[in-house]
Amino acid sequence: MTATDMAPDQPVIRVRGLVKRFGDHAVHDGVNLDVMRGEVIGIVGGSGTGKSVLLRQIVGLLKPDAGTIEVLGQSVRDTPEAQYRRLRRRWGVMFQDGALFSSLTVRQNVEAPMREQMDLAEDLRVTLAALKVRMVGLPDDAQHKYPAELSGGMRKRAGFARAIALDPEIVFLDEPTAGLDPIGAAAFDTLIRQLQAALGLTVFLVTHDLDSLYAICDRVAVLADARVLAVGTLADMQQVDHPWVREYFNGPRARAAAATASARPTEPAEEP
Amino acid sequence: MTASDLASGATPVRIAVTDERISIAGDLSVEAVSRIDRTALLRDGRGAAVLDITQVHRLDASGAWLLVELERRLSTAQRQVDLLGYSDAQGQLLETVRRNLPTEAPKKKPEPGLTDRLEALGRGTAGAVQVAIALTGFLGQVIAALVAALLRPSRLRLTSVVHHMQEVGWKAIPIVALMAFLIGVVLAFQGAAQLRQFGAEVFVVDLIAISVLRELGILLTAIIVAGRSGSAFTAAIGSMKMREEIDAMRTLGLDPVVVLVVPRVLALILMLPVLGFIADISGLIGGAIMSWIELGVSPAVFRTRLVANTDGWHFGVGMIKAPFFALIIGIIGCYEGMMVEGHAESLGRLTSLSVVLSIFMVIVADAMFSIFFAVVGV
Repeated sequence: MTATDMAPDQPVIRVRGLVKRFGDHAVHDGVNLDVMRGEVIGIVGGSGTGKSVLLRQIVGLLKPDAGTIEVLGQSVRDTPEAQYRRLRRRWGVMFQDGALFSSLTVRQNVEAPMREQMDLAEDLRVTLAALKVRMVGLPDDAQHKYPAELSGGMRKRAGFARAIALDPEIVFLDEPTAGLDPIGAAAFDTLIRQLQAALGLTVFLVTHDLDSLYAICDRVAVLADARVLAVGTLADMQQVDHPWVREYFNGPRARAAAATASARPTEPAEEP
Repeated sequence: MTASDLASGATPVRIAVTDERISIAGDLSVEAVSRIDRTALLRDGRGAAVLDITQVHRLDASGAWLLVELERRLSTAQRQVDLLGYSDAQGQLLETVRRNLPTEAPKKKPEPGLTDRLEALGRGTAGAVQVAIALTGFLGQVIAALVAALLRPSRLRLTSVVHHMQEVGWKAIPIVALMAFLIGVVLAFQGAAQLRQFGAEVFVVDLIAISVLRELGILLTAIIVAGRSGSAFTAAIGSMKMREEIDAMRTLGLDPVVVLVVPRVLALILMLPVLGFIADISGLIGGAIMSWIELGVSPAVFRTRLVANTDGWHFGVGMIKAPFFALIIGIIGCYEGMMVEGHAESLGRLTSLSVVLSIFMVIVADAMFSIFFAVVGV
């Protein structure tokens, strides 16, 4: 047993008292959040409430002004560099538009983290990258295309393939369905859910998309007023007494999304 | 257990091969897969009928790929290898991997032969010709817009022109002046060393005056401006192209050539002669100071000799070239910006291409001017 071989009920992401300011404006003022192993947690909030900022702080791209962030039982900030590098390998991040390296083909993009972080033989690397490309539902001929030759939906899939290239335990997804048509978005939701189940991923999902929330999230965390206002299942959200939350989860779009989700036989339905 | 195993909480993978059974235990992760000798495993495991993974704790997609691969490669027509002992979740992962198994390793591209190289050369040449034609077309378009703007000055975007004059002209003065000053110093220094051998020190004035006024002042200024402003034009217009601002302009009935290109090119045409003039003066000052220090040619002597012996045409030749160089730099910088496509890599590539191409074309033009002036005899 080691320090990180944690009990299953231990949170894999633990954020405590997080404070982040840009100038005078406090984006986060005492954010607390626990994410459990194997769950899909959706982070919602109005524009400018710091959803992406929270994600960036957890993965170490932004430095918080105060507070602690632990991922897989290790602090993201105060870990020695070598240990942090190993920790970073255990999560994958997908940015909004895929953030693929435009000078590399799709398969080279997926190979990039393997090449940089692991010592894999070339044939193994190529095969594993091809496997990941197929797992995210891209056709084989897409492997050799450059990001500029792909549609938005395919770019996002390729970004997802790169995020899971090193078989991470946690995947951070920033607005995975933004800018996709409804069919593409629904397909992407299904993909996330399938791979989450197959790979046993913990998914940290920043989204605006109500359909995604209802289709794939186990729990939802609402960011408002510079803190996490509420965490719970979608059913719990109906009980929260806050104007923004009420409007968000009881608006016409939310009702439509809830109706669609409960109509889908394969997905776990949340009864409002 | 090593430190790295501790940090990731991994139990090392163990593989045991007995008669007809391959047993795998521990964490079958991507790290483990990278360390396993697959060729040896396939050789030792030949004849195995059972692949037992009851003792595997953590299994990731790469590990699952290895298992599926073993199962597939070890199975023969007569006997199927059985994969045993997986949990429900692992079974789901194995199924997912099995469904998405990549087809055979992709073929390497064959080495290019002679015909391929010839074809590439042909394509390159045809491409260069096309660029030359497109550049000429763009040049015509800009000149037409420029003339139209000059005929109807109310359509000229004066604020924009002044802004770009400040950017490409005013802000470039320090670097251009310093560069020319140093060139004057270098010329005086090198010329003095040679001319002293003949006792002809005083001719250093002619050397500096002719080379700075006629060639170096304007040529080096153009090169600096190409690096400084030509690249800025490409980057600015290119990033606007990437963010679809150019398309937005067109839908609003604005001509990007009129709005973006004409002010930039016009500002360059107006400012490059000024910068060239400053470079000339500064180069002469540098040369004069160095001649004084190194050769004892006093500033008064320098000035007298400069005025008496230097034909005004030397200065004129330099200045005549300036607007043409400006046009070359401006046109190429803006054209490459317009050619940027939707991805970041093309922006970087075209920015550097624009600098290289405009410096090259400036030097080509300079050579042509030299021939022209030699023919007409100035």
